Amino acid sequence: MDDGTQTLATLPLAQAHVDAGARMVPFAGYSMPVQYPTGVMAEHQHTRAHCGLFDVSHMGQVILRAETAEAAARALETLVPVDVLGLGEGRQRYGFFTNDSGGILDDLMIANRGDHLFLVVNAACKADDIALLRAALPPLGVEVDVIEDRVLLAVQGPEAGAVVAALDPRADDMRFMDVGGLTLAGAEAWASRSGYTGEDGFEISVHVSQARAVFDALCADERVALIGLGARDSLRLEAGLCLYGHDIDTATSPVEARLTWAIQKVRRPGGDRAGGFPGEARIFKDLEDGAGRARVGLRPEARAPMREGVLLFDAEQGGTQVGQVTSGGFGPSVGHPVAMGYVDAAFADTDTALWGEVRGKRLPVRVTALPFTPLRFKR
Amino acid sequence: MKYTEEHEWLRVEGDIIVVGVTEYAVTQLGDLVFVELPDVGRQVSRDEDIVVIESVKAASDILAPLDGEIVEVNEAIVEDPALVNSDPTGAAWFFKMKVPDTSAVDQFMDEDAYKALID
Repeated sequence: MDDGTQTLATLPLAQAHVDAGARMVPFAGYSMPVQYPTGVMAEHQHTRAHCGLFDVSHMGQVILRAETAEAAARALETLVPVDVLGLGEGRQRYGFFTNDSGGILDDLMIANRGDHLFLVVNAACKADDIALLRAALPPLGVEVDVIEDRVLLAVQGPEAGAVVAALDPRADDMRFMDVGGLTLAGAEAWASRSGYTGEDGFEISVHVSQARAVFDALCADERVALIGLGARDSLRLEAGLCLYGHDIDTATSPVEARLTWAIQKVRRPGGDRAGGFPGEARIFKDLEDGAGRARVGLRPEARAPMREGVLLFDAEQGGTQVGQVTSGGFGPSVGHPVAMGYVDAAFADTDTALWGEVRGKRLPVRVTALPFTPLRFKR
Repeated sequence: MKYTEEHEWLRVEGDIIVVGVTEYAVTQLGDLVFVELPDVGRQVSRDEDIVVIESVKAASDILAPLDGEIVEVNEAIVEDPALVNSDPTGAAWFFKMKVPDTSAVDQFMDEDAYKALID
């Protein structure tokens, strides 16, 4: 896929991946491991059975600092329909930047680390997100500090807790969406108990100079296997988690995307800090009237996967297009094809029978509840 | 065994040609999760897409190596696509076809030529 003009960024730990036999592919401007010799299926299953280690250093890490924690929180609230002010110290929450038409610019994690907020944003949107933050926040007294010297690792799976606690027992005190400092293999790590797989686990930021030591310490644990982007995608799909640019984008409102749980009451109509974010008119209207379409889980009934772009119809022949698949593939843990997409509101109830057009043929698919696999967060 | 540039292998059995994909092909494809085979009795043309194979991430096609008629397909790999990854040159053959003249396989690569291609 080298067209000669594309210069890919390299991960700080790139050589470690190559040494481990990674197949590297371009992703969001980076050369990234898509799989290791074990392959996507085995990596996926290992994560759900034991512990997977993912290098997600391509993602953006940003620190927001102001005179007071409150000032930083209030400033960020002008960009996200999230209760940031009410986010306690040592806690993290999921959110999204919205645009004026009520669409989603990116989704992100927001952590309150006491004297600053720590954001993790998607690699593909990193430049735009940083530009957004740099334009909007300094006038409100917030300093935007883009972190470029830290590696981000995700450790995910039922044994992730034990693996990380073996390096620092304080990990045992962390619950889902807690953030805190851990010392891992001598490195000062910023950790959150969160992830993108539906399993228990941690996301860990360490300085690039100490990253190899942490990486090696984790790899030395026999419960841990390296996991590439291929399995990262199948894991998050089974968990019903959105991938920006596919399941959510500038044309999807959080209500259509069924992400209203991330808009806390205080930011909704009637709340103390209702609105005050871009797209409030459209989002409030969707909350009030219901959105015209909804993101749903989809379960193809035959063996053929239904992938992004497959059109969904209300009849086996003729009929009307009522939706589209936005993410789809095979679920190694459930053993069958899995997908997510948008359907017109009238067709969004669980068990609604639809037809997806695959290679010119209409195959049966059913609307299904998400997630496909149980979420196993450490609450 | 003979090999095509598309990483298929061909084996002559009497007046029938057996077709599968090579070890190299499955390494490139990754774990297979879906296989769709042509109907028995179908007349196919050389280079026509006649098989769909899907890995976790992507779909691919397999082409008919020659003009001919599909006389048998391997249901075992439809039932269990992972068989292609574990035994691509044995139990995981894809289809058998009748061709006008089995010496047509001579145009394809032998083992040494194929090894040279994939190195």
